[in-house]
Amino acid sequence: MHITQRGIQHLFLRAGFGISFETLQNSKGKSAEELVDNIFEKVNPPRYLDLAEKEDFRPPVQGSPELRRAFVERSTQVLMKLNAAWLRNMAALEGDIREKMTFFWHGHFASTSNNAYLVQQQNNLIREHALGNFGDLLKAVSKDAVMLQYLNNQQNTKDAPNENFAREVMELFTLGRGNYTEQDVKEAARAFTGWGFNLDGEFVFRTLTHDYGEKTVLGQTGNFEGDDVLDIILKQKQTAKFITEKIYAFFVNEEVDKYKLEALAEKFYESGYDITSLLKEIFTSEWFYYQENVGIKIKSPVELIASSMHMFKIDFENIEALVGIQKLLGQILFRPPNVAGWPSGSEWIDASTLILRLRLVEVAMASARLNRFLLSDVNEDNPMTNRLKKLRATFDWDSFSQQFNTVPFDRIENTLIVYMLQGSISQKKSRLLIVDKYSPVDERLFSITARVSKLPEFQMC
Amino acid sequence: MTNRRTFLKKSAVIASSTILMPRFLTAAEENMISDYQGKKLVVVQLNGGNDGLNTFIPYRNDIYYQMRPGIGIDPGQVIQVSDELGMNAGLSALQPLYDNGELAIINNVGYPNPDRSHFRSMDIWQSASDSNVYLKTGWLGRMLDACCSPQAGPYFGLESSEMLSLALKGNRMKGMAIEDINRLNRFIKDPFLNDISTVHYNQGDTLDYLYKTLNDTKRSVAYLKEKADLYKSSITYPENELANNLSGIAQLINAGAETKVYYASISGFDTHVNQVIQQNNLLGKVSQSLAAFIEDLRKGGQLDSTLVMVFSEFGRRVKENGSMGTDHGTANNVMILGGKLKKSGFLNEGPDLMNLDNDDLNYSIDFRRIYATLLDNFLEVDSKAVLGRSYEKLAFI
Repeated sequence: MHITQRGIQHLFLRAGFGISFETLQNSKGKSAEELVDNIFEKVNPPRYLDLAEKEDFRPPVQGSPELRRAFVERSTQVLMKLNAAWLRNMAALEGDIREKMTFFWHGHFASTSNNAYLVQQQNNLIREHALGNFGDLLKAVSKDAVMLQYLNNQQNTKDAPNENFAREVMELFTLGRGNYTEQDVKEAARAFTGWGFNLDGEFVFRTLTHDYGEKTVLGQTGNFEGDDVLDIILKQKQTAKFITEKIYAFFVNEEVDKYKLEALAEKFYESGYDITSLLKEIFTSEWFYYQENVGIKIKSPVELIASSMHMFKIDFENIEALVGIQKLLGQILFRPPNVAGWPSGSEWIDASTLILRLRLVEVAMASARLNRFLLSDVNEDNPMTNRLKKLRATFDWDSFSQQFNTVPFDRIENTLIVYMLQGSISQKKSRLLIVDKYSPVDERLFSITARVSKLPEFQMC
Repeated sequence: MTNRRTFLKKSAVIASSTILMPRFLTAAEENMISDYQGKKLVVVQLNGGNDGLNTFIPYRNDIYYQMRPGIGIDPGQVIQVSDELGMNAGLSALQPLYDNGELAIINNVGYPNPDRSHFRSMDIWQSASDSNVYLKTGWLGRMLDACCSPQAGPYFGLESSEMLSLALKGNRMKGMAIEDINRLNRFIKDPFLNDISTVHYNQGDTLDYLYKTLNDTKRSVAYLKEKADLYKSSITYPENELANNLSGIAQLINAGAETKVYYASISGFDTHVNQVIQQNNLLGKVSQSLAAFIEDLRKGGQLDSTLVMVFSEFGRRVKENGSMGTDHGTANNVMILGGKLKKSGFLNEGPDLMNLDNDDLNYSIDFRRIYATLLDNFLEVDSKAVLGRSYEKLAFI
């Protein structure tokens, strides 16, 4: 299937975190199937995070308040490093579907912990299964320490059942609301009694607190354990539909096409929940590249930051700043707002988030330039300048600008507009992007890039 | 009430703008610092499901102590403000307000077929929907839709937070969330953004929404910045996030900002484990922050035109769980604070522990009756237009 320049950009923005101008040039002329195959050939080996040592994060059992505070502080530091490392991994490769899917599941199985080692373990677990079988992923995450802790399954015992996990597994992870009863939740909770984890963050099945009695879940009766309940849930076609719908909304369009959803969900169910086949099916469908699905999604904060880092070769040496930007935009990796996961679409946009979004790339570029040239006329007392310097952004200007060496002088504006935006803009707007023709080439490239990044159109993908 | 500061500031702005600016701008500037004396609602949201039974405690009820052998609060620890119900010691800062007739407590507030998921139940409270209906707008957003002209800015509904809640999202109007007005102000003053915001033609898509938000934000930030600089509070607030947010809100109210609804929240009430100390600390923060806030408004002469509502997405199970905590429950109490309450103290009967539904409380007051009361009797906005149907009103205002 033939694919246009905008189509290539679309594929790489949705399946990964953007495309460099150079790769874009090299991808022209290839078919969609070829590009998608290339993307899926690069998924191994997974880039596991390895910054937290198990020994450092055994929680103090009967620890004093000081010990516990020290633990939390150490963990907070490492969590920040993990955050930056993951974001940089997202930004590093082109069309990194494994990282994109890990990000998707991170929002789906939204949970968090103050223990950096456990967080890293969960993230790597999700990364391992991200493109595999959804049933395996569901079972692995259900036995994961962060999840067991977050939804209180450590406290779920035969004598005092705690329904938190059982409820969310059905409501948010598999079936969706309205597809189970309160009684199903109560019964399923009994099946998960005794599921917990030890001080090393490993799953343990505590037989003494498990309820071995008979349970009835979703119409089936037996002496079920947790895995049996998950199997019953996976047998429901509704689970395939619920997951497919969420994947469709994330990768294609938040306005879900019912007929396409039915067909995709059916295939997903028949495949035994094979995630890779579902994604390939979507990315090689003609309709994926239809205009109605291109440039219509608002980039989530993490997508905006990672793709900007990738496209403009920006980084932030100050990882606190990198995390701070996520916070201000409303999405911090490893810190989902609640078990229902992140907002989406125009929910990301309000008065305060929009302004920071619009100025993000410019601010990063300005910070990088400031740090690079240490301009002599910089006023040290200027809070804006100090803030910029504190970001300690870096900018690989040479490798960014070299990509445009072959672009004719008078085509720079248009080239950047087409490369950076997934839709066309009016004459009036493009006129505002024109900078002084007599300024040096580098200066023009810099200014136009900054300006295009400030167009609200740049927020769309 | 125009204080001397406001007056001087007003004069200075008018004087300078008369000389330097065209007439229409002068009018706009003058309007910007007009003193708003109308009604203001402040909503404080307790995230996680606050345990109402340990907030206002039925300390003479044997069933309470039978069902909560581990976490039931000893009568000696309870502030015994009435014969039946007492306050959690963490609420001590609110006792003077209770004695003063400035605090009303509504018990057993809930809705039919209660949902025990945080997310969904919060959605129900914020959207004011039935539990089987899904709305994409919030009750305060729809209130803004109903009461405000199309020219009104997002600052009419202001949330002290980084993210705007569903409650403040209407069909036409959307409130705004601001954590730091100065930072936002610095960021929005950009010549290119200013130019670009004037040349967009609506095409009926998501992009229009981005441009509209940009333009509305420009206007609102200028307005709020002006207001925030007008009034400096002399009240000392405790040091926590809720207190900071309420202090910022008091500043705007006392400066006469036209904002009709303010929204603030505090998290941590999901007490499945070791509840007693955690909840006590949180209620301490809430009560001390609210007490300072009320004093601030009293000093600014705005207490009589302001009401505060404090709620949580659900109460908790009557029976404690095995981890010295409680699981998600149903009906709960709601607090109303203000200077001109028609009725104060406990407005209705305490929780009926004899008639539980699977260890959960039955509700007797639909939460939308409180909303309807606030809308019709206080904010003077037709509650039927906002809530979709009529609800019997309560007597607190």
